[in-house]
Amino acid sequence: MDRPNTDVIQGTLDLLLLKTLSLEPMHGYGIARRIEQISRGVFKVNPGSLLTALQRLERAGSVDAEWRQTENARRAKVYALTRAGRKQLTAEAADWTRRAGAVARLLHTES
Amino acid sequence: MSLWRQLSRGLRVLIHRAEADRDLDAEVEHWLDQAAADLAASGLSPEEARRAARVKLGGTLSAREQVREHGWERVVGGAAADLTYAARRLRKDAAFTLLAVLTLALGIGAATAIFSTVNPVLFERLPYPDPQRLMTISDVGGSGARLDVTYGTYREVAQRSHALASLAVLKAWQPTLGGLDVPERLDAQRVSAGYFRTLGVEPLLGRDFTPADDRPKGPDVVVLGHALWRRLGGNTDIVGRIVTLDDTPFTVIGVMPERFENLLAPSAQVWAPLQYGESFAPDSREWGHHLRMVGRLRPGMDREAAARELTTIAGSPLPELPRVPWADLSGGVLLSSLRDEVTQGVRPALLAVVAAVLLLLAITGVNVTNLLLARGAQRRGEFAMRAALGAGRARLVRQLLTESLLLAVLGGALGLAVAELGVRALVALSPAGLPRLDAIRVDIAVLGFALALSAVIGIGVGIVPALQASTPGLRAGVERNSRRSVGDYRRTRGSLVVAEVALALVLLVSAGLLFRSLSRLLAVDTGFDDAPLLTMQVQVTGHRYDADSVRYGFLERSLDAVRGVPGVAAAAYTSQLPLSDDLDVYGVHLERETDPANDGAALRYAVTPGYFAAMGIPLRTGRLLGEHDGVHSPRSVVVSEAFARSAFPGGDPIGQRLRFGDPEGDWYTIVGVVGDVRQTALGLTSANALYVTPTQWHWVDRRVSLVVRGRGVPATLAPAVRAAIWSVDKDQPVVRVATMRELVEASVADRRFALIVFEAFGVAALTLAAIGLYGILSVSVTERTREIGVRSALGASSRDILRLVLRQGMVLTAVGVALGLVLAWAATRSLAALLFELPPLDPVTYGSVVTLLLGVSVLACWGPAWRAARLDPAITLRAE
Repeated sequence: MDRPNTDVIQGTLDLLLLKTLSLEPMHGYGIARRIEQISRGVFKVNPGSLLTALQRLERAGSVDAEWRQTENARRAKVYALTRAGRKQLTAEAADWTRRAGAVARLLHTES
Repeated sequence: MSLWRQLSRGLRVLIHRAEADRDLDAEVEHWLDQAAADLAASGLSPEEARRAARVKLGGTLSAREQVREHGWERVVGGAAADLTYAARRLRKDAAFTLLAVLTLALGIGAATAIFSTVNPVLFERLPYPDPQRLMTISDVGGSGARLDVTYGTYREVAQRSHALASLAVLKAWQPTLGGLDVPERLDAQRVSAGYFRTLGVEPLLGRDFTPADDRPKGPDVVVLGHALWRRLGGNTDIVGRIVTLDDTPFTVIGVMPERFENLLAPSAQVWAPLQYGESFAPDSREWGHHLRMVGRLRPGMDREAAARELTTIAGSPLPELPRVPWADLSGGVLLSSLRDEVTQGVRPALLAVVAAVLLLLAITGVNVTNLLLARGAQRRGEFAMRAALGAGRARLVRQLLTESLLLAVLGGALGLAVAELGVRALVALSPAGLPRLDAIRVDIAVLGFALALSAVIGIGVGIVPALQASTPGLRAGVERNSRRSVGDYRRTRGSLVVAEVALALVLLVSAGLLFRSLSRLLAVDTGFDDAPLLTMQVQVTGHRYDADSVRYGFLERSLDAVRGVPGVAAAAYTSQLPLSDDLDVYGVHLERETDPANDGAALRYAVTPGYFAAMGIPLRTGRLLGEHDGVHSPRSVVVSEAFARSAFPGGDPIGQRLRFGDPEGDWYTIVGVVGDVRQTALGLTSANALYVTPTQWHWVDRRVSLVVRGRGVPATLAPAVRAAIWSVDKDQPVVRVATMRELVEASVADRRFALIVFEAFGVAALTLAAIGLYGILSVSVTERTREIGVRSALGASSRDILRLVLRQGMVLTAVGVALGLVLAWAATRSLAALLFELPPLDPVTYGSVVTLLLGVSVLACWGPAWRAARLDPAITLRAE
């Protein structure tokens, strides 16, 4: 189990997934790796949570999934953002920015 | 779109499970590959990279499991899998399953049967629109007793009340239906015009009564009940046809629908208008207390406001609506809801039965819980293994609850069959006064009840064993049962057995109290000799009997014919028969009384000479009535001891005079005193009674009861006696044929009903408690085999071992008994209404029940104890 401080903040996993997928279609491990790299290791993604979230987003119509053959004769499931997913990303990103800004302002006035 | 995706993706997983699993596997494998490749790139060997990746993934099983836990189809699929697994487990453990299902079926079946019996009476709405607004109104006499109302009171209330939107009065009527081979007496009602409208029901065919029908000397019209209409052919053109009732042609104006339940007279098949209001002279029928009144509250008017209004009306007579002294409403009027009126007689018995079935249900639940606990203990290894393999506690609890729910549903299904049988038995046993008997059946409400009950029971009995079996200390269980958890489990089971014993004691004490009280009641001296008596009611109908003398002639001639039947020792007619629901009371005025306004009332018996001999009622002083007490002789009356005592305390009643029934009528001279008779109920002390001959009463009754004293078995005389009556006039209906014994039995039917239910439940509870005790001791002996072996090896005799195990069982019993005594002490107070001359804390009952329970406990403990005592220490120790 990962330590708590490196867990993805509750409720932001969807946002991170959508953002990552907005760059290009990717498979599950690729998404996890990208999130870890870009966050410089701050976020470590639990594979179970990630795959569950992807399944949920797919059911909700935010992402589409498609199977592709890999070079070593395995199947890889590749996820891509849909139009609805893009809309959701815009909305959630704006929402997050608003909240983060508010938290930051609060922290500044406090110190 | 997304809903569609949700459904289709979920369904795909459910239907193509293997394919979905393969996809998930592929995705996880791919993840592993990628992770391993990354790690290999950082310099690890391929094997190390693969292992590290696997560790990072946190066990492929767990990630896969995590994904599987999501989505709606997982819930469905999981439940289905749980169910399949549960079914397999239960099938494997057939003995356990059978015992648990049978126990549950007993509990659920009994509860369902009782529910379907009491539901229409206690819980369902009455079968009328806005039934909560239906009220009955009765007169409260000077002595505070409830009386039927007079038509005069009805007229006044109908004119003055604003709280009541409509009002009706009714009386019973027993016309003889003509045109048939055998004369048939119908149960019927004479009602005022607004009766059906007040109840809120309309005829199926034809029309309702109108005020034009319900006026003095109005038309002879009837509304037929659905069943009678069917018997008369069931043709829709019946409206306008003629039926003959009591020799009079009546025009049919309507037919009531089949679903119409006439709660105020369930057996009534015909209704005719009352047609009162001709005269309001004091001696008119308009001022007789013999009508029942039912009213419907105006919308928005509550019962209290209506009661206040009626009290105001009662207390403020108007000059234009004069009253008579015996209906001056000085005691006020009583407004009660129709529902209370219909159910009050049986409510105590039904509530007691409901309480009993709840106790039984609790005991069956406890028993199954115990079985599940024992089984949980045996399956510790299995649970520990599953926990080690990654099953969460919630998952284990869910699995176990699925099993107990499945058990409960199986039990419930079987219980419905039990309920179906039970309902039939209950209806057959039910006391005559049980209202809405036709509405008692296993219907949708009952099915729903059984289902809900099964679910509650399934979770109720499963939750404790499930939580206990899945306790986090489980891992230790893989290796060995830890001492602590076994101790916990034994304590839980022990307390459940204590609960069972306590509940069984409550049921048994209740049954015991009812039994003792019923035998006391049946031992009451009725005042007559019931064994050889056959009774039947004879109705003298037809216009040819309109004259009193002709009617009396029929009585005399039919008595002669009956006396001629072989086996008949004596026969007589009486206007009312003890313990038969007959109740005929008239006011009495004593000659010497200083306050002539109110001398009380007495039961009136118009009896042919020979009644006392036939009934076996003893003469105390004076003489009995004889043939010479006829139309032209001075009026004579025989009084009961109770009357003699209350009217002439310390004095001699013989020769005293009184007026009876008519305050201005002839004086009757008391010529004799006879023993008291229980008229209304065995449990009610005898009321005042006066006996006169039919010819010396103000009229000769049309409805009389024949009592026949037989030499052999009285019931066998019935056909011959009936034939003898019909040999005089074949058109006279003979009904209510019953031996006096049957009437006595019927008068205690509600008590007998409660008793049988309690006895059955008590025996079931005792058996279940004994099984529970036996079970826990058996398991305990098995668990303590080693300890017992050590004890024997150290010199304990088999007698010591026997005592050890017996003591364990008896301690549980003793605690259960102590707890049960407290519960019973609290619970049996509610039985007080059903007890007769017996305190709820009757020591004999308590003593014998405790003895019985202890005895049964010893028997239940004996088997395991004996087994323990016979254990060979060498073998038990070697087994370790």
